Amino acid sequence: MTDEKIRSYFPQLMSERGGIRPVYLDSAATSQRPEEVIDAISSFYRNNNANPHRGTYTEAEDATAVYEKARTDTASFIGADACDIIFTRNASESINLVAYTWGMENLREGDRVVITIMEHHSNLLPWQRLCRAKGAELVYLYMNEDFEITDREIDEKVTSNTKILAFTHVSNVLGIMSPVKKLTEKAREVGAVTVVDCAQSIPHMKVDVKEMGADFIAFSAHKMFGPFGLGVLWGRNELLEEMPPFLSGGEMIEYVREQDATWAPLPAKYEAGTQDPAAAAGFSAALSFIQRIGYDEIGKREKAVYDYAVERLKDLSCVELYGPFDIERYGAIPFNVKDVHPHDTATVLSADRVCVRAGHHCAQPLLKRMGLNSCCRASFSVYNSKEDVDRLCESLLKVRSQLGLGDV
Amino acid sequence: MELDEIYTQVITENSRSKEHRYQMQAPSVVKEGVNPSCGDEITLQLELDGNVIKDAAFIGDGCAISQASANIMIDLIKGKTTEEAKRLSGIFTGMIKGDVTGEDELDELEDAQAFQGISHMPSRVKCAVLGWHTLDEALKGVSEQQ
Ligand SMILES: Cc1ncc(COP(=O)(O)O)c(C=O)c1O
Ligand SMILES: [Zn+2]
Repeated sequence: MTDEKIRSYFPQLMSERGGIRPVYLDSAATSQRPEEVIDAISSFYRNNNANPHRGTYTEAEDATAVYEKARTDTASFIGADACDIIFTRNASESINLVAYTWGMENLREGDRVVITIMEHHSNLLPWQRLCRAKGAELVYLYMNEDFEITDREIDEKVTSNTKILAFTHVSNVLGIMSPVKKLTEKAREVGAVTVVDCAQSIPHMKVDVKEMGADFIAFSAHKMFGPFGLGVLWGRNELLEEMPPFLSGGEMIEYVREQDATWAPLPAKYEAGTQDPAAAAGFSAALSFIQRIGYDEIGKREKAVYDYAVERLKDLSCVELYGPFDIERYGAIPFNVKDVHPHDTATVLSADRVCVRAGHHCAQPLLKRMGLNSCCRASFSVYNSKEDVDRLCESLLKVRSQLGLGDV
Repeated sequence: MELDEIYTQVITENSRSKEHRYQMQAPSVVKEGVNPSCGDEITLQLELDGNVIKDAAFIGDGCAISQASANIMIDLIKGKTTEEAKRLSGIFTGMIKGDVTGEDELDELEDAQAFQGISHMPSRVKCAVLGWHTLDEALKGVSEQQ
């Protein structure tokens, strides 16, 4: 498939402003949506609009069918059973759900929750708050200077009083993978529950719940070509069955009496209130988009662009690149222009319609550990091309002089 | 977007200026300000003599806009009374919001007028006002004490 062909699926990438197209390098924040996803959402509102699981008339049945189809699509996408797929608003909510239900129920004073230093705040703060509430200890797995979390680090920190081991599959800042196999094995050994944040992996690679061997998996539709406002939590059936509900309200009950209630069976037990069937329709379309292109093609294209970006950026004397270069990385490259604050860099790039993120990327402890306050991040998806990298580099060369600095 | 209207020489030079960027010996007031979204930080230090800002300095880390704005602000408020400083702060935020456009008022801001272009860039407004906002907070503490 040509670059232009892939790009043409994404209307926003084709939109010209001042005669130039955007170079979108912020897919780790949210991806662009292909036309078919946008159409599916709009088609829901045009043709099937009703509250799912509420009415008995045709439109309501349609809305239910659309919503539940997204669940079965998601289940087959990650090799799970549909009843173990809980729809939330986003990956953050999915992780909070686990912290506030399984965590609140099972964590005791003196227990340990272990996470990695690479976590996005979404997979850090729920655990930090839980630990504070329970008098438990929050322990970090650190990387060595080669950006690896060693077996030794894991064996030392994942102790027998560890109840939860939560880690990101792929880092949203460094683009590197956690040692999933070792972590899940170790967790099983000590009897800890594993929560894997797949928000940054599933846009780039196949995630299969059985292969991964985790207890909970969280991700967001909006980072994988789907709509905003829809997240996924997959959980191991026994755990989902025994946990108490998270939010309560409409549709998540079996029976309500004045002073107590019983809960609906899975997955409804965790889906209080009116859900977003339009987003679900869009998500089904996003999943079939990924399947049509295929993770092989996605991976191949992204790797080619990633490798090209590293090679070109390494050649720019004004740019400082962070992270390792001898291990496989996915999606994100952190960098700075020397002596320039990342916010200024992003502003200068934006004048050329080059979109990069600048800041702490919701991973302040990681940046601190890297000795940084903030940095720029270019992140890639299937629609990026080498030409995008060229435009990034061209724009980066203007940054220092725009800020009144000479060459380095 | 016209970058040259934002990254003017006044701003780029002030962003790197060391003139007011140091740790003061015995400041009467110290106030920290941050922009959580972009991570700009400044610590403003004031030495007060009665209601006169006898001396002022800052330390900070952040984008060119935030650091230049803090430096230029200190140029302006040194030697002024706290009331005058507050009034200038009002004019500055008014200019950024686009509410203050009168030439006489703007002239009082001297070099700080260079930030007028930022009002077109909502994502950078916070950077430009960080120093002034921190000043307001610092002076609030002072008037409560008095
Ligand atoms: C690794 C990782 N985890 C979690 C999240 C949170 O996703 P959301 O904001 O959709 O909840 C993000 C988003 O940037 C992320 O990169
Ligand atoms: Zn800033």
